[in-house]
Amino acid sequence: MNYLDFTGVLSRSDLLLNGLVLTAQISVAAMVIALVIAVVAATLSLNERRVVRLPVLAYVEVIRNTPFIVQVFLIYFGLPALGLRLEPITAAIVAMSIYGGAYCSEIIRAGIQGIAKGQIEAGRALGMSPLTIFRHIVLKPAVASVFPSLVAQFILLLLSSSVVSAISVPELTGTGNDIQGLTLRNMEIYLVIAVIYVALVAILKGSMTVLERVLFPFKFLRR
Amino acid sequence: MFQQYSLAHVQFMLTGLGWTVTLALIALVGGSIAGSVLTLMRVSSNAILSRIAQFYIFVVQGTPLLVTLFIAYFGASYVGFAVQPLVAIAVAFSFYAAAFLGDIWRGAIQSVPGGQHEGAHALGLSRVAAMRYIIIPQAIRIATPPTVGFFVQLIKNTSLASVVGIVELTRTAQIVSNATFKPLEVYLTAALFYFLVCFPITLFSRRLEKRLNV
Repeated sequence: MNYLDFTGVLSRSDLLLNGLVLTAQISVAAMVIALVIAVVAATLSLNERRVVRLPVLAYVEVIRNTPFIVQVFLIYFGLPALGLRLEPITAAIVAMSIYGGAYCSEIIRAGIQGIAKGQIEAGRALGMSPLTIFRHIVLKPAVASVFPSLVAQFILLLLSSSVVSAISVPELTGTGNDIQGLTLRNMEIYLVIAVIYVALVAILKGSMTVLERVLFPFKFLRR
Repeated sequence: MFQQYSLAHVQFMLTGLGWTVTLALIALVGGSIAGSVLTLMRVSSNAILSRIAQFYIFVVQGTPLLVTLFIAYFGASYVGFAVQPLVAIAVAFSFYAAAFLGDIWRGAIQSVPGGQHEGAHALGLSRVAAMRYIIIPQAIRIATPPTVGFFVQLIKNTSLASVVGIVELTRTAQIVSNATFKPLEVYLTAALFYFLVCFPITLFSRRLEKRLNV
């Protein structure tokens, strides 16, 4: 057995930091876009017209039943055949958003279905506009109730960002592959990267707990 | 210069699909064994065992599977095991699956109503007997749909083994794509294969959920 030697890896910590920043950037961008896709998809999937519902359900099922890396390859290598050539980072954010959107839409749909009908009727009786009802009576309590599931999905999205290293995006795992080529210290670099990801997950979890208290203070009222 | 995308390529990808399913099944079996141990540690009254299992689950669930695979791939030779990459990767998938199955099954055991424990106690059953005859049979019913659902995740995630050179479905697609330069058609075929395997299992998991829960 060889001894672990982290000096070579740690002397490239500036590279690692760049990778970490890029991982955070593409992950946050994908989370935001995925959430927008999810709200739209969840709303459409509850539409009473089949023509509206079916394409959305097809989107969700196709994305959820095929591997993320194949989706990434289709967007990055496949789309140019249709005349759409994306930069690696753009392709990564697009793929992650589409992927995350499908999973989050199922979560948000469950949240919306959990809203009692009487709430909406009460909103109508108070003379609220349909948009106001949707925003304040349907969407906000729905997101509040499924927030923990959304956070779990965001964590999976953050971790899935490592896959886009396969299309040469220099995020954390991609940087790790580069440093591995430079130092040949393969074991050390991937151990360091694993620790960084675990820390990122812990930070994401912590900040989401704070965000939950800020966005949905009514969840924490004492009765 | 480039080969024509043909039926022979599709057949080659079908052999890759065979390896995808094989790898997922190995991970399911290996993960079930290690996952059972983790579950028992998690629900045991020994706080240290429970904490160790909790920490293991936290670390594995907080590391991207791709990085776990790299560690297994390089780590096997690092600690002096001269094993095939396929073996190292199968072991890594089992450890990965164990973390998720351990979590799913702990949740199932804990969602068996407390009255069942009390009833078993009142009947004079020992802790082990209560687990064996009262709690676990009910927990298995609760745990089956999410376990089947996780198997779909496992099948999809074996695609990451392509990055470390295991020739499963995604890797065969890459090879064919490079040979034919028809990435759109080739990856769509691969996606279709995954969908045809995963979607029925997803539907099955949902049917189980409906039948067992409500």
